[in-house]
Amino acid sequence: MATLYAARRRKNSATMVLSLAATAFGLGWLVLILGVLLYEGFSGLSLAVFTEMTPPPGSTGGLLNAIMGSLVLTALAVLIGTPIGILAGTYMAEYGRHDRLTSVVRFINDILLSAPSIVIGLFIYEVMVYPMGHFSGWAGSVALAVIVIPVVVRTTEDMLTLVPDTLREAAASIGLPRSLMIIRIAYRAAKAGMVTGVLLAVARISGETAPLLFTALNNQFWSSNLNAPVASLPVVIFQFALSPYKDWQALAWTGALIITMAVLALSITARALTTTRKQS
Amino acid sequence: MVDLALQGGAVRASEAVSRSQALARLRIGDVAFRHLTRAAAVTVLLILSGVILSLIVGSLPALRQFGFGFLVSERWNPVTENFGAIAPIYGTIVTSFIAMLIAVPVGLMIAMFLTELCPQWLRRPIGTAIELLAGIPSIIYGIWGLFVFAPFLQDTLQPFLIAVFGEIPVLSSLFAGPPYGIGTLTAGLILAIMVLPFITSISRDVFDAVPPVLKEAAYGLGCTTWEVVRYVVLPYARVGVIGGVMLGLGRALGETMAVTFVIGNAHKISASVLAPGTTISATIANEFTEAVGDLYTSSLIALGLILFVITFIVLAAARYLLSRINKRIG
Repeated sequence: MATLYAARRRKNSATMVLSLAATAFGLGWLVLILGVLLYEGFSGLSLAVFTEMTPPPGSTGGLLNAIMGSLVLTALAVLIGTPIGILAGTYMAEYGRHDRLTSVVRFINDILLSAPSIVIGLFIYEVMVYPMGHFSGWAGSVALAVIVIPVVVRTTEDMLTLVPDTLREAAASIGLPRSLMIIRIAYRAAKAGMVTGVLLAVARISGETAPLLFTALNNQFWSSNLNAPVASLPVVIFQFALSPYKDWQALAWTGALIITMAVLALSITARALTTTRKQS
Repeated sequence: MVDLALQGGAVRASEAVSRSQALARLRIGDVAFRHLTRAAAVTVLLILSGVILSLIVGSLPALRQFGFGFLVSERWNPVTENFGAIAPIYGTIVTSFIAMLIAVPVGLMIAMFLTELCPQWLRRPIGTAIELLAGIPSIIYGIWGLFVFAPFLQDTLQPFLIAVFGEIPVLSSLFAGPPYGIGTLTAGLILAIMVLPFITSISRDVFDAVPPVLKEAAYGLGCTTWEVVRYVVLPYARVGVIGGVMLGLGRALGETMAVTFVIGNAHKISASVLAPGTTISATIANEFTEAVGDLYTSSLIALGLILFVITFIVLAAARYLLSRINKRIG
């Protein structure tokens, strides 16, 4: 008996040590990736990065047009995608909670949520770039909007479902029409969660490269024309990192650092928003 | 009641507008809003059907030209316009397989650590840190993989594998060839790091959902922590874990940028995992903007269609399994 017990204890300790090692392994990558990123990215970080255009190989420059392009594309994508996402989520949580349509949309939305983003790029190429005959910033932001929609739909539905029905009943009992009840009561109660959804969507698209490769393409120069190719930070990183030029590679690292910091800040903010809400 | 709504500014209250007119306007607004939300919900469906339709239409020329042979041919020659998809399909499956081989056991181990072993105050920070891994954009994994991870593997793991398995008959061909650094194995390892957080966080959630009574009963019988996890938690959470694994697999199959950096983009099937290869998504990302001629473009879109069909099946299965476990919990 004693030996069996000892064997069980040993097996248990071994797996526990393994699980500890696995956790260290998982966290190790995060430390490693962020460490290298900080080391490589910081050395290239200077004011010029934010004030100068992307340079031709062999000369110095910055990432201004890429950063601006990314900001514009992301903002447009959120402007297009958020209303559709919120309205769709509203239908699912408020009007058709037990509809057949809702369960179909929920299923399809979950598929879209994890669909390969490069396929979204092909889709937008087929429906926008090819008919228009040229790459454009508009196509890029629509491609990103297609990625925003499922994220926002999901969080909006989840958050509205959490709103207590007593609030809705109270609103109905004083004669408030349903649409006003949703806008004035339900949205207000679910606000923090819905904002979180939009933040997560922004975090998701600000690093997306694949759908932009053949929609917004890239642009060496400053461009405010959304009907023409627009530079974006991820695509510039892709191009510069794969180039043989040392200064381009250095700029790619700096760009990578900027994106990662922005994305991590966004996701931590989103997380903080939901936790304070849970505690209160 | 309605006056409240009127004051709120939803309907401009003027003396001339009678009460019944105001009510009618509210009713119209109500109906309009309902239809607006319904239209938005239908839009989600339209997007997915649009994706499928546009991919099918775009890939028709290639499928008409090559027929079923497209799926099994290894040729990929832009000059003679002769295309086949088997090399990228093979690369996609092999890299995802390597990724799952590593990420599934490690992810389950971390989930076990977080739910059973970890002190309460440390659970949230560690869980958050692992989830931050999921938030890092894939292009960052790509640039890191190309400049840091691949050279590292070239100096350490790959020579080691060649030295160890070089003499063993079957395994020697699996690890044959010079250590390039980049290649199928490197891509698989990076994918493993990328899908790890997905598997971990879903497994942790389903482990957490196991009723404490069950675990306490097993502990009460004198089970060790490992025995409780192995014989109580895992069987109970099985469906959810499989769902989480499938979800991770869906990510791995469709992952583009990180793989594009390190796979080497070679359109051939090699027995060795150290050799460069290609995946569906990497091929599209690398070649689409440079593709000249309708047949070339169409072949790349056909690759996209294949990728979409594969991931659709995997993700649909994952969602089905996860919805089953959610029903049981809820």
